[in-house]
Parts: sequence; C-alpha cells; structure tokens
Amino acid sequence: MTSNIRYKSRIPVKTEENAEEKQYVGFATLPNQVHRKSVKKGFDFTLMVAGESGMGKSTLVNSLFLTDLYKDRKLLNAEERINQTVEIIKHTVDIEEKGVKLKLTIVDTPGFGDAVNNNECWKPITDYIDQQFEQYFRDESGLNRKNIQDNRVHCCLYFIPPFGHGLRPVDVEFMKALHEKVNIIPLIAKADCLTPNEIKKLKDRIREEIDKFGIKVYQFPECDSDEDEEFKQLDKELKECTPFAVIGSNTVVEARGQRVRGRLYPWGIVEVENQSHCDFVKLRNMLIRSHMHDLKDVTCDVHYENYRAQCIQEMTSKLAQDNRMESPIPILPLSTPDVETEKLIKMKDEELKRMQEMLNKMQQQMHDKDQ
Amino acid sequence: NKVDYLEIYPVYTHAHGGSHSSGSGSTLLGYIGIDTIIEQMRKKTMKTGFDFNIMVVGHSGLGKSTLVNTLFKSQVSRKSAGWARDDKIPKTVDIKAVSHVLEEGGVKMKLTVVDTPGFGDQINNDNCWEPISKYINEQYEKFLKEEVNITRKKRIPDTRVHCCLYFISPTGHSLRQLDVEFMKRLSHSVNIIPVIAKADTMTIEERQDFKQRVRKELEMGGIEFYPQKEFDEDMEDKSDNDKIREAMPFAVVGSDKEYQVNGKRVLGRKTAWGIVEVENPNHCEFAQLRDFLIRSHLQDLKEVTHNIHYETYRAKRLNENGGLHPISSNDTQESNL
Repeated sequence: MTSNIRYKSRIPVKTEENAEEKQYVGFATLPNQVHRKSVKKGFDFTLMVAGESGMGKSTLVNSLFLTDLYKDRKLLNAEERINQTVEIIKHTVDIEEKGVKLKLTIVDTPGFGDAVNNNECWKPITDYIDQQFEQYFRDESGLNRKNIQDNRVHCCLYFIPPFGHGLRPVDVEFMKALHEKVNIIPLIAKADCLTPNEIKKLKDRIREEIDKFGIKVYQFPECDSDEDEEFKQLDKELKECTPFAVIGSNTVVEARGQRVRGRLYPWGIVEVENQSHCDFVKLRNMLIRSHMHDLKDVTCDVHYENYRAQCIQEMTSKLAQDNRMESPIPILPLSTPDVETEKLIKMKDEELKRMQEMLNKMQQQMHDKDQ
Repeated sequence: NKVDYLEIYPVYTHAHGGSHSSGSGSTLLGYIGIDTIIEQMRKKTMKTGFDFNIMVVGHSGLGKSTLVNTLFKSQVSRKSAGWARDDKIPKTVDIKAVSHVLEEGGVKMKLTVVDTPGFGDQINNDNCWEPISKYINEQYEKFLKEEVNITRKKRIPDTRVHCCLYFISPTGHSLRQLDVEFMKRLSHSVNIIPVIAKADTMTIEERQDFKQRVRKELEMGGIEFYPQKEFDEDMEDKSDNDKIREAMPFAVVGSDKEYQVNGKRVLGRKTAWGIVEVENPNHCEFAQLRDFLIRSHLQDLKEVTHNIHYETYRAKRLNENGGLHPISSNDTQESNL
C-alpha cells in the first residue's frame, strides 16, 4: 500500500518573493497555521507550589508572573493553625503578553508540613492530583469532548528549606509520593541566607540524596543534535545547576541606579534577577520560556497515561472478580451527567429532603396533638 | 477579559494588558515571556512532522492524478508510483492509497493520496459510494481502537481522510445525479471539496454560469461542503470562509509539464491556440485552490476531521453496544465491537 520516497524541496523558501518559485508547494506554512489557531484559543498552565509556611512560595510566584495574587491573604498564627489540615487552594489568573493568552492556575497547599505530626500530610495533595486525572479521564471518555477543561497539574515546585543539611524525611516522602504523578521541580528556598559555597554544598548533597532515594524529579529533555553550541552550553549549565536556589521579592529597591525587584539588607541588596545572586532567572526561563510546553507534554504523555492505564487495569480486574467478563465493559460510566443535570438532580434531592422533613414535622405535631 | 473561578475561597483575577502587575505595592513592569510558548510549539511541530490524507473521487479521465501531482509538485499519485494504468475498469470501486514523505522549509509531511478508481465508471453505478464510505469509517475505527487502548501510542498514526476532493465533470450543464448522491451521503462524515475538473474546456463565461448552477444545486440538495458554515468559529473565520465559499467550486486545470512563457518556465498545457497556464489566476483557479487547501486551511481540515467528523463517529459507536471493550496490547481475543 505504501511506497516511501523522500522528496526534498530544492529551494528552502520562506519569503514571499520566492513563494512562486517552481518547487514551492506551501505546506511549510503549517506551523503558522497551527500558531494562528493556538493564539486564538490561548493556553493554560497549572502550577502547584508545595512546602512549609514561610518558605517564600507566594512571593516567588508573584515574582515569576509579575502579579500580586496574595494581597488580601490573612496569615494565621500558631494557635490558629493547630487544627488546620492541609488545604488545596486554587488561584486563577489570565495573563496576556504580546497577543498570547495564558490562563495560569496556581494550586497552593497551605498547611503542608506545618503540624506537629505530619504523617501523610501529602495525602490531600496526591488526592487532588488524582482527582484532576480522574476528571480528565471521565471527560475524555465521555460523549461531549468539545470543551474539556484541563485541570491537571503540569508542574509542582517543591520548596526545600535552606536551613538544614539536605533533604529531610518529609521532603523525601513527599517527593516519592508524587514523583510518578506530577513533574517535580525541587527548589532551595530563601537562598539569600546561604553563601555561594554553602549553596554549592547543599545542592550537591541534595542531588546525591535524590539519587540515593530513587526520586524521579523532572528531567530536562535532551538537546537536539542540530542546536547551536551556545544553546547546548546553556542547556548543560542549566542541568548542572539543579536544584535551583531561589529568592523572591514583592518589593522594588534601587540598586546600581536601577529599580529592581530585590531585598534590602544593611550589608547589601539582593537582586532577584541577578544571576550571580540566585537562580531565579534560570528557573523562570526554564519554567516559562523554554520548557512550559514540555512540562505539559510529559504530564499528558507520561503521568496521565500511567494513571489511565492503572485505572483501566483496576476496572477490568474488579469486573473479572465480579465474574462479569461476558458483557462488554463500558469504558465510561454509563451516563456522565453534565453540570446542568447534576445541578437539577441536586435541587430535586434537596426539595425532596425538605418535603420529607415537613412531613415528619407534621406527623410529629399530629402525634403530639393526639397525646 | 475577566474570568471568575470560585473554589473553596474566593480567588483573585486580574486582567492584564501587556504585563503590568496590578498589585498595590508593586509597580515593576517587566516581561514574563509567555509568548515564547508559541516558539516552543513550533519547534515541536517541526520535529514531529505531520500527516495529511487526501482522497480523490471522480470518474476516470477527469485528471485527478494530474491535479494531485500538480498540487504537491511531486509525483505522488497512485499512477506515478509505478502502478500500471489499469487496462480494465474495475468491477467495484477500488480504494488505493499511496504515501510519500515530503519536506519543505524544515517541515516534514507524510502525504497519503487515496485514489478511488472505478467510481462512476460502471453502467449501473448504484451504491458505488459504499466502498468509499466504508473506507472512511474504517480509518475512524482504527483511530478509535488506538485511543481506547490501555497502553496508547504517544502519537496515534492518523490515517483518517482529512479532505475529499470531488471532481465534477465540466459538462457545462449541471451536476450529475451521481454527484449529488455522493456528496449528500458523505458530506457528514468527511470534508468534501468539490472542484470543476478540466476547466480548460470551458470559456470564462461558461465557467461562471456553470458554477452558479452547480452552487444552486448544492444548496438545494442541502450539501454542506468544506468550509462548512456551521463550523465557523468567529467573525474573522466567517468572513474569510464566506469569500471562499462564494468562489467555490474552483475550476481547475492540472499539469505536470513545463513550458516557456514570457521568459518564465510555467506549468501548463500546450494547445494549438495557446498555452494554458495552470498557476495563472486569469486562466484557471488552480492557484486559489492550492492556497486555500495547503497554505491557509491545511490545519483546519485536520482539526474539523478530528474534532467534528471523528467525534460524530465516536459518539455513534459509544452509544451502540453500551460501550467499548478496552483492549490491551497483548490481547489476542477478538473484541466484541
């Protein structure tokens, strides 16, 4: 049926004057056509931040995306936090830059690691990630697939405190619980309390421990062989720099005659975007400018596919146990009610409940009267 | 554009024009770099390349193979792949697919041309569209099976027909009944682009008249050819597509021979009374067809096939049998589909 013959266009053309050249067909415009459609549709990206309180997570997010997502936040004191469990809070922001629209969702995990007993404090987080996968799986298997919302978590920034000597047990357990569900990027938080030497030692130590404990953090994809040397060099530097030691700031200070984001100390000014001060710029470039698309791809192609395969295996093995192999197994629950129907059903349910209560009351009254 | 999302706690939404931070304390402007995602996507598209499957339908002798060769400036049709010109007209409609990998400007395309010899050639052409309909649905089924698999391939090979060029005979009178029957039945499962073949047998006026008549007949028959009105996404699309719909069906001439005209080498047909230049918009509408098909709507053809025609097929399949049996890659049993 097929014969594969490779034809190369003799003239690699891109300009309009050459457009009418003999051999130019024009399908080289396909990336532009895809581009046009994507710009119209816009993109979405879900980023999770995890780590103890006070690691500078909110500040870093604000610095990365030049927003102020947490301005009305009320910080709890220790007493108020005693009974707090780990929560999941989503913030969504629409950002537009040079015509490209991004719907950015930040998933915050306040309460993580803050209790006295932090056993399994990552469970609400893994549950949340699984829920998003499950929702996507249902939507994907459903009948109406036109407007599926992708709420899957594309990346998790994990903040390691700079005060210790490497990974703590909670760090190891958290990352191991999540490394097969989400792309983990470990960061050394508040890096301005360490000297360059201390940072280097800490990074080496952490890298060693990540290897030792078999934690699979997000791996940067290999460079294409046809990339130029400069790019390859940058890429190499990036890989050797992990985990990134970051600093964030919500304030603007004056340094070297310029207004920059930074932190003012008596002994000097720490500039967030100064590469010799911290790895913030490397993180931002990697996260947004070069690997955002890859993070999404790995989430879809690896983490989600793993979840899906597991889910299906469980479904089929469960049904095998129930001895119902003869009938065709529906890959989707027999009817996935949409939001409207769900609402209606809920309303009706509540109405029924109320009526039931009224009836009970009336019966009680009649009973009392009789007495 | 403000979007409100309510989760456990109220969330903050900001509308940004440019990348100004709207926080109270921070007035630092800067560049985040979100627009680079386009470049990241472009790189990916270039690396992975893409598939495009085009089917040609029409009875023998309408220049289908030549037109496809002219469109892609390569010998891509079945006949050029070295298959002998059939001596006998096949008794039923055959489906023959030939693939080639073309490369241009760093973009790789695996082009598959699906030919349908025998269509409309018999004395009794009843149901001659059935093998074609069956082939189209088989490709949807193949894709669906892959999608439903437990371990799925990263990039499911796409053999679905993205575009069906239907060749109308240049009788100058009207559509033939077979044309109407075919397009009526298949316009809901595949993108049909009708073209008037061998347009050099008509003068410009005859062409215009013929086109008007054909369009009226298509309208009366309720035939929605591509680009379908109901899938226009926004005003910009609608106005672009309206212009194209007004000009369709394109009257085309194909040729793979070159001649010298006014000092330039052009593709054309040499007759005793002059040279018909294929890419000359004054001579025929080939250039318009090519620009529409390849340079502006190639991606859209694929998307409509995937998001609409394929989804229609899939919904139908899911509603039958109460569902699909998930197939594992090492499952040797016949699935009960």
